[in-house]
Amino acid sequence: MSGVALDPKTSPTFPMAAKTALGDTQMRKNVRHATDVIQAKRARVVAEMPDWQQLREAGKQIRQHTMEHLDFYLEQFEENCTRAGGVVHWARDAQEARRIVTGLVKASGSEEVIKIKSMTTEEIHLNDVLETAGIHAYETDLAELIIQLGEDQPSHIVVPALHKNRQQIREIFQRKMNLPGLGETPQDLADAARVFLREKFLRVKTGVSGANFLIAETGGVCIVESEGNGRMCLTLPETLITIAGIDKVVPRFQDLEVLLQLLPRSATGERMNPYNSIWTGVKQGDGPQTFHVVLMDNARTEILADKEGRQTLNCIRCGACQNACPVYRQTGGQAYGSVYAGPIGAILTPQLQELHHAQSLPFASSLCGACYEVCPVKINIPEVLIHLRAKVVNQNTAGIAGLFDFEAAAMTAMAMIFKSERRFRAAQRLGRMAEIPLVRKDRQGVGWIRWLPGMLGGWTQARDLQEMPKETFRDWWEKRGKNGN
Amino acid sequence: MTAATSSNPARAEILRRIRLAKGGTSDTAVSEAAWNLVAREYRRTAVLEPEAVLELLEDRLRDYDAHVVRVGRGDVADAVARMLTARGKHRIVVPTGIASEWLPAGFEFVVDQGMAAAELDKFDGVLTGSTVAIAETGTVVLQNVPGQGRRAVTLVPDYHLCVVNMVNVVETVSHAMDRLRGTAELPTTFFSGPSATADIEMTRIKGVHGPRHLDVILVL
Repeated sequence: MSGVALDPKTSPTFPMAAKTALGDTQMRKNVRHATDVIQAKRARVVAEMPDWQQLREAGKQIRQHTMEHLDFYLEQFEENCTRAGGVVHWARDAQEARRIVTGLVKASGSEEVIKIKSMTTEEIHLNDVLETAGIHAYETDLAELIIQLGEDQPSHIVVPALHKNRQQIREIFQRKMNLPGLGETPQDLADAARVFLREKFLRVKTGVSGANFLIAETGGVCIVESEGNGRMCLTLPETLITIAGIDKVVPRFQDLEVLLQLLPRSATGERMNPYNSIWTGVKQGDGPQTFHVVLMDNARTEILADKEGRQTLNCIRCGACQNACPVYRQTGGQAYGSVYAGPIGAILTPQLQELHHAQSLPFASSLCGACYEVCPVKINIPEVLIHLRAKVVNQNTAGIAGLFDFEAAAMTAMAMIFKSERRFRAAQRLGRMAEIPLVRKDRQGVGWIRWLPGMLGGWTQARDLQEMPKETFRDWWEKRGKNGN
Repeated sequence: MTAATSSNPARAEILRRIRLAKGGTSDTAVSEAAWNLVAREYRRTAVLEPEAVLELLEDRLRDYDAHVVRVGRGDVADAVARMLTARGKHRIVVPTGIASEWLPAGFEFVVDQGMAAAELDKFDGVLTGSTVAIAETGTVVLQNVPGQGRRAVTLVPDYHLCVVNMVNVVETVSHAMDRLRGTAELPTTFFSGPSATADIEMTRIKGVHGPRHLDVILVL
């Protein structure tokens, strides 16, 4: 895929994008390998925890409680962060957030920023906006660096370059870092990134980050990471700008004892990720002396207002649902046309778009429930998917449009048929007659339909349909003798 | 709250939307009462004997390829000398307030007085104390206090030798957070092994930007 930003407003529908993705066998192989490895690691470290289900329940309740008192906790965070020397900004939407951040970077006097991997900045396409304003953003997470240098797009919340293998990464680094002799072991590639970025860490004066958790009680911010690039960006610059969705707040410091157990085990299958940083405002002589936090809504309050959809905001961005999802594992993340892919993306993206875009995503699921089972804060993703499917259908068939909607008409007809035994039997007879010209017998004498006309053809594109049985269960039941044979 | 924040239209609008969405305004009393109702049925009491906790920590740290030794209170300097010699490190930065009895002769120890990152980059390593260590996850926690210092000092050098007092070793994450709550506002870093990445084919590589090597001295 190209370097065009993953924007749900302009992306093709999921079925179209998925079809393209399914043809990319290398990408599918890479995604399958990566998700297999993470799932196995996660399963091992989750099994170590005798109280995993109790932690999940506490995680769910903490997140739910936070959303129920979100106004209080945001104000409390603002008050405490401000008292500690931070400056808190509020952004109603992506555009306002971009404007604030661009202004703050310019005010810091720097034309470059070093960035920590942040889904929120991806969501608002911050890098493109900064570039237009004459500010170059260096992604410092290894995977984000691979994406940035490869002019690619992220495909996973935690491991955004998992669709690339080592040879593909080496090719990008050779070209962009001017290292023709670079080896292809992961160690060679990580070493190259260390050298490439160290100079930036020591030089660039402004850092931009997201946040994992904002602690209302203390006004502190918590970021978890692996490589130390996060610590570099949080510690060495003179100015730090943190952008966080309003959903990232947690009530108290103590709540981290739950979330810091759930997140690393779910996200990367580690007992604890290598580094967690917690800082509160500005500390004289330690780290950036100018610190800004931008609290962004960008349709999160719309999600909050929807009782069934609200649990989407409980997400702590671990990506476990992506690794577990049979659909994601086939298509990879970019087919979702959004930086939030997989099951969580299928519910989050359309809601962030207020269902004006990404309408196909709630249907990109078999509702198998694997996502719900691994979610560390017990978001019932299948429930929200069904809820959103209904909303999409209702929205698209409201008023006059519904009269011309083929699917809606078909569903109404189906309902009519299923309501009456007479109509149901008649429909079955009709079906057996209608299928006759389409059925071809195989060597065992079993009839198969390999092609269906019109809209029904979607089914037979990917699989054959067996012919209808000569006798229905009901017919057999009525004919059978009293002794059941 | 300052006048500037209360007259900020974006702030007012977001808070209005939230209150509309959830049907009302939350205050301190209501939020606190509700927070207390969160079910916390996960492990919050220690179950292991102190010796088992220490062994678990050592095991988890070795899992990260850290060298771990246990020494008596008076033997820290000897252990530091042995560790530095084994790693071939000589010029070491230390934070202000480090215990002088930890520093053996024969090495160059330089106290950090707010050095630039580029200066820190020239050291072979850093030696610090620690606030608390978590056995179950193999985690050591540093805060900005004397003997542990500011964050850059333990970040830029390529090698970190950390002294952990055994009384500060706890069993689980919950116990650690209990200990840290009183000083939660200090800059705090949890580290679990040396820096690492699994971004390339999910192969774990030790050492990217943070210190690539970590050793721990456990003190009785």
